[in-house]
Amino acid sequence: MLEANALCCTRGERSLFADLSFGLPQGIALRVRGENGSGKTSLLRILAGLAPAAGGEVRWKGALLRDLGEDYLSQIVFIGHANALKDDLSAVENLRFGLALSGIAVAEAACRAALAEDGLGRIADLPVQWLSQGQKRRTALTRLAFCSSRPLWILDEPFSALDGSAVSRLAERLQRHLGDSGMVVFTTHQEVPLGFVTQGLELQ
Amino acid sequence: MNAGLAHVCGALIARDALIALRRRADVLTTFFFFVIVVSLFPLGVGPEPERLREIAPGVVWVAALLASMLALGRLFAADFADGTLEQMALAPQPLSVLVLTKVAAHWLTTGLPLVVIAPVLGLQFGLAGDALLVLVWSLLIGTPVLSLIGSVGAALTLGVRGGGALTALLVLPLYIPVLIFGAGAVGAMQAGLGVAGHLSMLGAILMLALATTPWATAAAVRIALE
Repeated sequence: MLEANALCCTRGERSLFADLSFGLPQGIALRVRGENGSGKTSLLRILAGLAPAAGGEVRWKGALLRDLGEDYLSQIVFIGHANALKDDLSAVENLRFGLALSGIAVAEAACRAALAEDGLGRIADLPVQWLSQGQKRRTALTRLAFCSSRPLWILDEPFSALDGSAVSRLAERLQRHLGDSGMVVFTTHQEVPLGFVTQGLELQ
Repeated sequence: MNAGLAHVCGALIARDALIALRRRADVLTTFFFFVIVVSLFPLGVGPEPERLREIAPGVVWVAALLASMLALGRLFAADFADGTLEQMALAPQPLSVLVLTKVAAHWLTTGLPLVVIAPVLGLQFGLAGDALLVLVWSLLIGTPVLSLIGSVGAALTLGVRGGGALTALLVLPLYIPVLIFGAGAVGAMQAGLGVAGHLSMLGAILMLALATTPWATAAAVRIALE
């Protein structure tokens, strides 16, 4: 489904990785590992189509990403390092507007219910600037509850700043998504109990 | 569950309006900057009504230019810093349309208040009723152009240190045609000449800006995100 052939990535004059190839079939998670600065985030941004690769190609269902354009974007979810939350808006408003921007229309009540399910019911109406780092991360990740129809999830350090129970809830959500023949590409430094098998990719 | 383009654009405008409402200080800064700059001129130039009437169109227009430029920093910078711009680029909708929507929301909270208060400021300069009307019309057509052209500059300087000053250098020269025809329309009215030509030119510039700047801005945003 997702295929990378001979990908190269350079930052300035420095080559981050070269000749990177892998394939990701349905129902499988790809865990990208590597030291700080080894190009994990760059790889994820290339896979999401945010940045072009210096060489090589990425294919989705056999077609090149740049030919697919918006057809590809409507099949993926990308949650990067930045949470994409507006400080002045509440968690509910952020969730709702964030989903609307990705083209997913959700009623306010459904957003509230999803936040409550993720243990954020109490802070759903607070401006996000008052929340802790972990609560912000969890608010951003709650988007995934409405994204089961999008096969490919690309998550950059999704487990960072999360507490134990939030980690296991996210792992369960990822497992469910994989069970629905979804795909996940993610990076993490922590050793997290995942409960599903991952394909590893080590960046030097 | 997939929403159409209209829904996405509506949500974008609603979101930016809500943020502007929560951060009223930002909107009021631009507004009062405009009011104060315009009000300084009678104090500096002196109170002769004839001279004030003569400089009024230029003063109001230059102040509008500066005020709208001052507000450009808020157009994309916050969205760029918190990752929202990234999500906009990943939305399964044309980025140029989303950018245009954002500029529209920006104009509603920064440009439109200037248009509304301009007649009151015009009165300070002793402008007659018909000249005030032309002033409002010229601003109504001209300030969206300022936001559109400014969006290209704001997007090009994303992530650049000291981007604000650079934006000014990039954008102010491009504002010149708008200034000439905007202030010229009011001047022509005062001189008893027809204003249709000036306003038509402004309209043509607006159409040109609408047709070209969203693409340029979208391209600049993509480059900034790479």
